Amino acid sequence: MDASLYAARRRRNTVAMAASFIATGIGLAWLALILGVLVWNGLSGLSLAVFTEMTPPPGSDGGLLNAIVGSLIMTVLAIVIGAPIGMLAGTYMAEYGRHDKLTSVVRFINDILLSAPSIVVGLFIYEVMVRPMGNFSGIAGAAALAVIVIPVVVRTTEDMLLLVPDTLREAAASIGLPRSRMITRIAYRAALSGIVTGVLLAVARISGETAPLLFTSLNNQFFSTDLNAPMASLPTVIFQFALSPYEDWQRLAWTGALIITFSVLALSILARTLAATRKTS
Amino acid sequence: MSAQDAADRARALGKLRLGDVVFRSVTRIAAIMVLALLGGVIVALVIGAMPALQAFGFSFLTTQSWNPVTEQFGALAPIYGTLVTSLIAMVIAVPFGLLIALFLTELCPKWLRRPIGVAVELLAGIPSIIYGIWGLFVLAPFLQVHVQPALISAFGSVPVLSSLFAGPPYGIGVLTAGLILAIMVLPFITSISRDVFEAVPPVLKEAAYGLGCSTWEVMRHVVLPYTRVGVIGGVMLGLGRALGETMAVTFVIGNAHRITASLLAPGTTISASIANEFTEAIGEVYTASLIALGLILFVITLIVLAAARYMLLRIERRIG
Repeated sequence: MDASLYAARRRRNTVAMAASFIATGIGLAWLALILGVLVWNGLSGLSLAVFTEMTPPPGSDGGLLNAIVGSLIMTVLAIVIGAPIGMLAGTYMAEYGRHDKLTSVVRFINDILLSAPSIVVGLFIYEVMVRPMGNFSGIAGAAALAVIVIPVVVRTTEDMLLLVPDTLREAAASIGLPRSRMITRIAYRAALSGIVTGVLLAVARISGETAPLLFTSLNNQFFSTDLNAPMASLPTVIFQFALSPYEDWQRLAWTGALIITFSVLALSILARTLAATRKTS
Repeated sequence: MSAQDAADRARALGKLRLGDVVFRSVTRIAAIMVLALLGGVIVALVIGAMPALQAFGFSFLTTQSWNPVTEQFGALAPIYGTLVTSLIAMVIAVPFGLLIALFLTELCPKWLRRPIGVAVELLAGIPSIIYGIWGLFVLAPFLQVHVQPALISAFGSVPVLSSLFAGPPYGIGVLTAGLILAIMVLPFITSISRDVFEAVPPVLKEAAYGLGCSTWEVMRHVVLPYTRVGVIGGVMLGLGRALGETMAVTFVIGNAHRITASLLAPGTTISASIANEFTEAIGEVYTASLIALGLILFVITLIVLAAARYMLLRIERRIG
């Protein structure tokens, strides 16, 4: 037995384990630091005015109302456009074409779209919508966000439908239910909470997206619900205000960042609890 | 059964059959739309980039000049910036991610595993603009005052490193952007590595422990070789994110179209150039050049992501 070799192995193990502890500590500290700074800077500017007043010109008081409303409108529209397409595509992959060549190709491409750079999506919508229409518009922003929603929903819908036991499908078929009824009445119901989770995750994903909105919906200093005109959104306002030299604008940017982060965190926690109740029931 | 009943029955069946065919085609069209989306993005970008590609041809990729006044555009500086910031991010995030995954799978007490796992995933869900604003107001000033002067004086007399850490400490710059990217991709790398580590059959690990291996040796000689393909896939997925990340970088890179050896100098990336300049771009060639940049970015990330997915598929097949 070589004692020095043994000691060296022990030492190496201790060093590696310590490094792993420290790495985890640093990672968690970083999360705490980001959230801490965000809450500290964001809360100081948080007041009722943020939700009731428009974005101000530099040097005066104001809120983020038009940006919040714009974000809500575009998010809802994006989900309304994107989620059905994603659900239908996911349905084909899980129910009709489970062993198709098409399904495996779509799955591969979809996984790539899932992490494709969002700024490219902005350029795409600029080319196909903004340029032909001749102006930046809220509907173009919603379309850009919808492009990001689709892959998220496709992925979760397929995964959740595949979790539905085949015995349920066979039971439905045995009583003579046509396939489309079996899918809409049985499979969708069994996978409902999972599909809703997917949609929630998609909302969380797009509510912080900035890059695809920069040159589709642009920004708007005023309150506007006109889908054919430029529309303000929280992320673009944060971008503009944070990079400005004015202190009150920067404070509003922090407050906006706090609002976005907590909506996103709340959405993902909600999605997670939904997914968890599914497993236990 | 009367003739009337039979006719009703046939009509009802026909309706159901029609409904079936329609539903099936609608879902199929939706699936094909996903493919069309990718094709559409590529076609739209190629058409949009055409004026620039015609004007500069292949030299677009190899020219550094970026001059809106004379309308001379080249993509070399943004491509260089994109690659360097992503490289810095990977050099930092990969070891950290693997060590955290090791902690989560081997060392962490059971009750702590879920909270830390959730925290890592929440970190992955924070929008990138938050990292950007944090980088601009917190990280950059900190680096400028405390870290960069120390780097400059520490490496000032070392031959190669002195050019890497040259120039005044701006705070913002290539190094800061790389650091922010590292923090952003860390959760992705961690959660994928953890998932593939957990998929290692316990028998393999137990056999190694039974031979008297230390935890580190099990990790190094059993878990890592077994999951190599999956880990590389996860790393490349993180790389794909880092390459295309826009907002976090745009805040802290400084947007300067030049290539300098110094990591402390301001630079630019493909996505940051587009985000900063697109709405202000006047003239067809300027806009087209920015779209051409987007096309290059899309092609690079497509290749990286496709390779990543292919590797992850391979390990899924082996484990599943």
